[in-house]
Amino acid sequence: MPVEIPKEVLKNFKCYTPYKAPEGLSVKKQLGMFYTMNLIREFDTKVTDLWMENKIYGIAHSYVSSEAIAVGACAALDPEDYIVSTHRGHGHCIAKGSDVKKMMAELYGKYEGYNHGKGGSMHIADVENGMLGAQGIVGGGIPFALGAALSSKVLNKGRVSIGFHGDGGSNQGVWHEAMNMASAYKLPVIYICENNQLAISTPLQNVTGQSDLYLRANGYAVPGVLVDGYNVFAVYEAVKKAVDRARAGQGPSFIEARTIRFLGHFVADDQWYRDLDTVKPYWSLEPLGRMRAYFLDNKLAGEDELKIIEQQAVKDVEEAIDYASNDCTEPPAEKLYEDVYAGGEIIK
Amino acid sequence: MAVITYRQALTDAMREEMQRDETVVIIGCDVAYRGNPFGVTKGLLKEFGSNRVIDTPISEAAFTGMGIGAAGTGLRPIVEILYSDWITLAMDQIVNIAAKLRYMFGGKINVPVVIRAPFGAGGGVAAQHSQSLEAWFNHVPGLKVVTPIDPYDVKGMLKTAIRDDNPVIFFEHKRAYAMKGEVPDEDYTIPFGSAVVRREGADVTIVSYSYMSIRAQNAADELAKEGINCEVIDLRSLLPLDYDTVMRSVEKTHRVVIAQEAHIRGGIAGDIIAEIVDKNFDILKAPPVRVGMPNVPVPFNVGLEAMVIPNESTIKDGVYRVMKSKVGSV
Amino acid sequence: MRIITYREALREALKQEMGRDDTIIMIGEDIGRYGGPYKVSQGLFDEFGPDRVIDTPIAETAIAGAALGAALAGLRPIAEIMYIDFSFICMDQIFNQIAKIRYMSGGNVIVPVVIRTQMGKKGSAAAQHSQCLEAIYAHIPGIKVITPSTPYDAKGLLISSIRENDPVVFIENCGLYSSKSEVPEKPYTIELGKADIKREGNDITVVAISKSVRDSLEAADELQNEGISVEVIDPRTIKPLDSDTILESIEKTHRLLITHEACKTGGLGAEIAAIVAENGMYNLDAPIKRIAAHDTPIPFAPKMEDYVLPSKNDIIKGIRELMKE
Repeated sequence: MPVEIPKEVLKNFKCYTPYKAPEGLSVKKQLGMFYTMNLIREFDTKVTDLWMENKIYGIAHSYVSSEAIAVGACAALDPEDYIVSTHRGHGHCIAKGSDVKKMMAELYGKYEGYNHGKGGSMHIADVENGMLGAQGIVGGGIPFALGAALSSKVLNKGRVSIGFHGDGGSNQGVWHEAMNMASAYKLPVIYICENNQLAISTPLQNVTGQSDLYLRANGYAVPGVLVDGYNVFAVYEAVKKAVDRARAGQGPSFIEARTIRFLGHFVADDQWYRDLDTVKPYWSLEPLGRMRAYFLDNKLAGEDELKIIEQQAVKDVEEAIDYASNDCTEPPAEKLYEDVYAGGEIIK
Repeated sequence: MAVITYRQALTDAMREEMQRDETVVIIGCDVAYRGNPFGVTKGLLKEFGSNRVIDTPISEAAFTGMGIGAAGTGLRPIVEILYSDWITLAMDQIVNIAAKLRYMFGGKINVPVVIRAPFGAGGGVAAQHSQSLEAWFNHVPGLKVVTPIDPYDVKGMLKTAIRDDNPVIFFEHKRAYAMKGEVPDEDYTIPFGSAVVRREGADVTIVSYSYMSIRAQNAADELAKEGINCEVIDLRSLLPLDYDTVMRSVEKTHRVVIAQEAHIRGGIAGDIIAEIVDKNFDILKAPPVRVGMPNVPVPFNVGLEAMVIPNESTIKDGVYRVMKSKVGSV
Repeated sequence: MRIITYREALREALKQEMGRDDTIIMIGEDIGRYGGPYKVSQGLFDEFGPDRVIDTPIAETAIAGAALGAALAGLRPIAEIMYIDFSFICMDQIFNQIAKIRYMSGGNVIVPVVIRTQMGKKGSAAAQHSQCLEAIYAHIPGIKVITPSTPYDAKGLLISSIRENDPVVFIENCGLYSSKSEVPEKPYTIELGKADIKREGNDITVVAISKSVRDSLEAADELQNEGISVEVIDPRTIKPLDSDTILESIEKTHRLLITHEACKTGGLGAEIAAIVAENGMYNLDAPIKRIAAHDTPIPFAPKMEDYVLPSKNDIIKGIRELMKE
């Protein structure tokens, strides 16, 4: 049985679409996407726990319930394509194929982490893999994605770049500047707005006159679409179309992947400023349950098979935690100045 | 050796680097068709096409950020900020992203971007078109900051900047574009972090950079007639800064004047003095003197403007002050 | 006297001033019902309503620019930039507009804008959320820059800043929000541009900025046992800087150490060292030492962050070295 969505939720959410895989997407690949979504869910669930237990530190933002966006988008990319992330970057990293062990090591501040303990959650990056990093400045990465697309165009690499950002980032000046330039130069960039409708505590509709953000893109002659941000297939299809367009030299696209933020802005945010009871019915929209039901209802996979996938994700995260807490080392003091400048140069 | 202008030295450096390396591109307002307001990029659009010489909208944050993003993914962009005053619009991209990305990512990315920015006052363009903001960038680890003034240095250091794998802020002085100097025909680069002694002298060291080093030399010429022999150092590069050359000179002269065009308060000169009194405390026979702009925005009226821009006579006053001070007890 | 936190002192200043003058408004991200990420503005939204405590989208440029426009049109806005790191987004508004408009207009306008922001270590907040940038603000004419280090100073200086007719950048320190001291309930002002001698001493002068004041006072306590008498000066206002108080102190102690959490190169320590070298060199018996952060971005791992930032022990070590000279 598909997950039942209350009528009121459907009415308010506006962009619900039922799970249905697009043609040509193999069941194997669909199950792979299911695994990656589970891996993100498990990773960030554990990250929240570990943060609460003071095992990891700093500012960490959970991607739980947004899994469909990163996974749907990255599944439509080739491995050499680029993504630029936000402060909520774990999901993007995992969806792009990064190693959760090195990610967890980074969150533990270990030298073996992707960033040698210098970046942490908010700046996690896996550059070799096309994941050009999480950014702590809201909207800060938007022009970076533009630049990656420019590189691809000038060097004829045929790569596309995705600039993830939130509804918060869409209100920064650079969003408008970059949208205009992407359009003017027909750059192969896809801007995906993860519109969870809350910037820390501030509801989007309180601070914008046009909260249907996809409509803004049309003002820059960029095609803008709205998708159900909990539906991995809907995201995949929209991004696939945008990727094809970008590779054909037709320029940028804007995708508003709408969700409702269920969890806090960061892992320790108790959301006292919201009535969480009103949010509860919307949990029915969350992607893992809907995808699971889709596999079962369409007899594409059995309960046992799905359980194995889910358990694999749990095991992989357990191993990552074990690796980070037992097999990794603290960055030594003599590495402090390393990596400020390229080529081993040190300027004091 | 050919005698060419500062402007031509910049153009030649960019042209030769773009011929040598197809990943070098130019990004900025009016850089392509118009060839930049000072004529620096003239002819480059025709030679390299609109894929590599890119006119942008007036969107400093986005086009600087685009250059940074392109630098992180295989290009070596030269981003031009039309007047350095407007670098304020792109500060987040430069300071929070370009300067920090490599470090935040544990050395997994290079950001070989050059940000060219004309700075300096003169000609009645008032408070928003006259500033010298280099000290800000000196306070930001991860950046390099250079301010060559001699056409020979300009060409060699712009090439070094383009080949450097780090973000480089390259300040050009607006008054210098027509200045001439000898520049060799063959390819050459000049390393950052090496100052030059423009004039040797035994009585007092004048440390300066960019257009102020020209004024310092003029002042030194005049002072020589009065029997005061100044050693004039042109730093050329501020981050890294060649403290060895500065210290060597001060060890000889025991007196130092630091001359910058920027506001004194919070400027580079403060850093240089602080380094001297920290590392080489006993060397000075007189209190050091800073010459620079007072704590006012640059006014429009040319008479008022002339009062705030430090010049030959303010430098001379500084030298008189440092020479007059009695030998200290320290 | 009553003891309250730095955070409460700030809140009280805002509340009392907004109660006194209804042209004062606040504008910023999450400052309304949420009360700001560090809870400084908690309760003000309920008391003064959404017209005077205005939540904005994440748009620093427009926040700063709107504050300027409102100030020119008769309000006294307090704009909040959540982290000083984010102020780079609105630097054009702050430095090319807010700081210059009075001078450019020949003194025909007043610009009573306060930009409240906070800086400093949070603990593994890494390179884009931990910077100390007061030196950048101190370089540009047209603004006043305040860095309060105690709850008492925070309240008095914020009230003075709000009443000031020139733009003020008011830089709080995240590491101090929970610190406590005696604070009078009634509104009071503290003259901007006036340093405060936080502790008198005879052997060495320590000039400390923001949270480093606290570290310096702790260092002074420890050194007292070794017989070293440390004078600790908090400039409180770094622009304009009260250099007279510093120079007078050096006439007495003949030694100077400067400490701040910002990185050393280009930091305020250099400026203060230069002022003293220029104007008080003959009073010095030892080099001027600066204890500041290393010149790297702030790393994430706690151990590395500790290497980078100056500590009480670094200050103690620096003082001992200078006392040997």
